[in-house]
Amino acid sequence: MSIHVRFFASLREQLGVREQCLEAEGIETVEDVWKRVNPKLSLPEHVLTAVNMDYADVNSLVKDGDEVAFFPRVTGG
Amino acid sequence: MATKLLFFHGSPGASVKIILTKTEFDPWAEIKTFQTNSPHIRGKHGATATFVGTMRDFNEGDTVTMMTLEYYPGMTEKHLEKIVAEAEKQWNFLDCLVVHRVGDILPNDPIVLVSVWSSHRGAAFDACRFIMEQLKSKAPFWKKEHTENSVRWVAKNSSGYEGAK
Repeated sequence: MSIHVRFFASLREQLGVREQCLEAEGIETVEDVWKRVNPKLSLPEHVLTAVNMDYADVNSLVKDGDEVAFFPRVTGG
Repeated sequence: MATKLLFFHGSPGASVKIILTKTEFDPWAEIKTFQTNSPHIRGKHGATATFVGTMRDFNEGDTVTMMTLEYYPGMTEKHLEKIVAEAEKQWNFLDCLVVHRVGDILPNDPIVLVSVWSSHRGAAFDACRFIMEQLKSKAPFWKKEHTENSVRWVAKNSSGYEGAK
């Protein structure tokens, strides 16, 4: 098991990462996931997050097997 | 992804339909087909409220030649269903149809259709507006515009209440 991390739209292009699998050890929150993937970049304020396809925030808890996503403001419709 | 994906929301008696499609759709044909296949609303709906969003060929002073709509498979469908379910809690409507394009879109193509059928106009108008505004602010879709000189992501949607006097 591991944590599946996904990036969408402009954020995916800026980071150059579409998805990544992380070892869950040492990860408790969404913010921990971001720091593991982007150790030198703080999470931009406008970035939205989701855990298992539900909106979350930086303090939301993450466990082994979860899918965590980061994406910019939505612009559909 | 299939060309056309259907998601049925399980409200009693209703056949609420949510469609994501990679190909151009005719909103009026979709409405007609939905009504034809929905005998439970025949003779019962006094009101149908419909919103159709169409791709413009301009934005922020530039000519836009194409748009690419990205989405989050799984989460997008889940949130569209959630939005319709929230509307069902607030308004007593008979049925609802939501269609949204993904992938490459050309100017004048319909992007989104929201139709709501109800016995009286209040529920249809209000639920249609609610679903559309929630879709714009919550459903994970992202627009990328292709202009004559560049390709750029749309940073945010405008307020649905702009233009009111």
